[in-house]
Amino acid sequence: MSENRRIKIIATKPGLDGHDRGIKVVARALRDAGMEVIYTGLHQTPDDIVNAVIQEDPDVLALSLLSGAHNTLCPMIMKLLKENNIDDVLVVVGGIIPKKDVPFLQENGLTGFFGPGTPLQKIVEFIKSNLKR
Amino acid sequence: MTELDDFFKELTKWEENVLEKSIKGKEMRQMQFKNLSDIEIKGLYTPLDIKEKIYMEKLGFPGQFPFTRGAYPSMYRGQFWTMRQFAGMGTAEQTNKRYKFLIGHGQTGLSVAFSLHTIYGYEASDKRALGEVGKEGVAIDTLKDMEILFDGIDLSKISTSMTINAPASILLSMYIAVAEKQGIPPEKLRGTIQNDILKEYIAQKSWIFPPEPSMRLIVDTIEYCTKYVPQWYTISISGYHIREAGSTAVQELAFTLADGFAYVEAAIEKGLNIDDFAPRLSFFFNSHNNFFEEICKYRAARRIWANHMRDKYNAKKKESIRLRFHTQTAGVSLTAQEPENNIVRVTLQGLAAVLGGTQSLHTNSFDEALCLPTEKAAKIALRTQQIIAYESGVADTVDPLSGSYYIEWLTDKMEQQAEEYFKRIEELGGVIPAIHKNFFQTEIANAAYKYQREIDTNKRFIIGVNKFQSEKFELPDLLDIEEAVSEHQINRLNEIKKTRDNERVNMLLAKLKEAAKGTENLIPYILDAVKEYASVGEIIGALKEVFGVYKEQQII
Repeated sequence: MSENRRIKIIATKPGLDGHDRGIKVVARALRDAGMEVIYTGLHQTPDDIVNAVIQEDPDVLALSLLSGAHNTLCPMIMKLLKENNIDDVLVVVGGIIPKKDVPFLQENGLTGFFGPGTPLQKIVEFIKSNLKR
Repeated sequence: MTELDDFFKELTKWEENVLEKSIKGKEMRQMQFKNLSDIEIKGLYTPLDIKEKIYMEKLGFPGQFPFTRGAYPSMYRGQFWTMRQFAGMGTAEQTNKRYKFLIGHGQTGLSVAFSLHTIYGYEASDKRALGEVGKEGVAIDTLKDMEILFDGIDLSKISTSMTINAPASILLSMYIAVAEKQGIPPEKLRGTIQNDILKEYIAQKSWIFPPEPSMRLIVDTIEYCTKYVPQWYTISISGYHIREAGSTAVQELAFTLADGFAYVEAAIEKGLNIDDFAPRLSFFFNSHNNFFEEICKYRAARRIWANHMRDKYNAKKKESIRLRFHTQTAGVSLTAQEPENNIVRVTLQGLAAVLGGTQSLHTNSFDEALCLPTEKAAKIALRTQQIIAYESGVADTVDPLSGSYYIEWLTDKMEQQAEEYFKRIEELGGVIPAIHKNFFQTEIANAAYKYQREIDTNKRFIIGVNKFQSEKFELPDLLDIEEAVSEHQINRLNEIKKTRDNERVNMLLAKLKEAAKGTENLIPYILDAVKEYASVGEIIGALKEVFGVYKEQQII
């Protein structure tokens, strides 16, 4: 992508999980780093999320789950993206994701896992250097 | 020349001759010392910081107005606080087993964590429940699940706290129905439902209906319990989640008490007598890392509540005026890095709660930044508070830190800052208008971001995270909730729907809907429906048709 274009991100909370402190702090940090951030709010179904991606065409989709539903919901989102021929969006995930679940989620196409204690700068840098377009 | 003037001279002499000399040319650890509420902390507190000699007005004796020193006269000399570990996962059978394990290890009260699908009022089979069933708490759909959850536990002997908000009236009704099957009348039941919807809009975000009908359900519950379940705490006004969402200690204090006043006003508006319902209101606070700040927060909370209840709302009964609270240590303070260190954090936080005079305590498990607690971690957490209780001696005298210049100064300061927040909330038109204007949400989001920035820029240290990090640390065994829970739960729900009297269930749901359109108390209708095994999802579904659902505005 050209150096001047702003990176566009959809930050979202899949499922019923109401823990939105992390995603809001991260969203603000990404915005402060010069990115355009759209925060969808809570309780998004995989359909809601993929529809938002289709409409907004972001560079990055940032998911946040602290409910334990990641192994069910993340693969569903990835499958729906694929069905809609979206393969150039970087999908990252934050929250409580046990280490042992990471390989499974990677197999499903997710990259970038940011658990508790991650410095905000690390997330910003990861996104900047792993964009798919 | 007063005694204090003399003292001031002595202090100035010390500052000039001793302190200044000793620190000359040396650097302090920080330019400024600030607690988590951004209050600047001096190096020394003296009688000058608490110069007003108004002991009786500000502190009083424990169990007496303004209750600063404690809710009860002898506090923990009679009995320790209730040790109440929040637990719930998977199926009702699994959680029943965990409860029996905890009771077997000396726990004195139960505390139920519900599955998210239950909290939001969806059936386990609903598309929205996919992947969520039993993950964050025990899956409850119908009375059948509640019967299994409390199987073999005598509900006349134990008190139960249920962390449930939007569907609180339904779960309370189920509890009453289970007790009835055990042969225990409602007037003998002891426990708490969280039932605090205002903090859901503000912080925890597990709302269903808009604020106005939600407040009606809460007032209905208060009214019903006042008459028929008199030993039940009808609401646990919670700062815990406000703090977890990122607020400071002062914001937690102020927003929680503001919510409390809003419930009092709503019940008075319904025509209830304050001294009939106020004794059954209780509170729930967080205990975070800054030790003294937390202790002062609890002391300030008791004094503020007492003053407002007596002077603003004209409560007469002592029980209406004294604030009692549960404490949970701060989940958000736990680290995924070197998780065993969390045992130490929890110890300090639990100690602060006890020194602040808590009535019950949940100490977090050290693995909570990684998963739901394993049995081993849950046992260490319980042991932590047992050690505070039985070994440390801190419970042997009441409010042992009172009279400390620093403690009294900080208690006053936090009270003042909370009062300033009450004024701002009033200017916005009260709690519900302030929610609609995103006041609390913005305050909390700003504080959360500031806290994280302070850690990221090394202005605040978290051991193992931004100070003394280890490259490698051992991860404990983690608890895994099997996906099979969902299938099991859906099967049970389907089975119930086959065997219950569906015609009668539908009739009762229709009656509930009709009643919801009017102003009648809804609890008897809900109770009738749960006894016929109507599901939480069906009852919430019926009420949604009348009340609608809440839509949150997004702020970052």
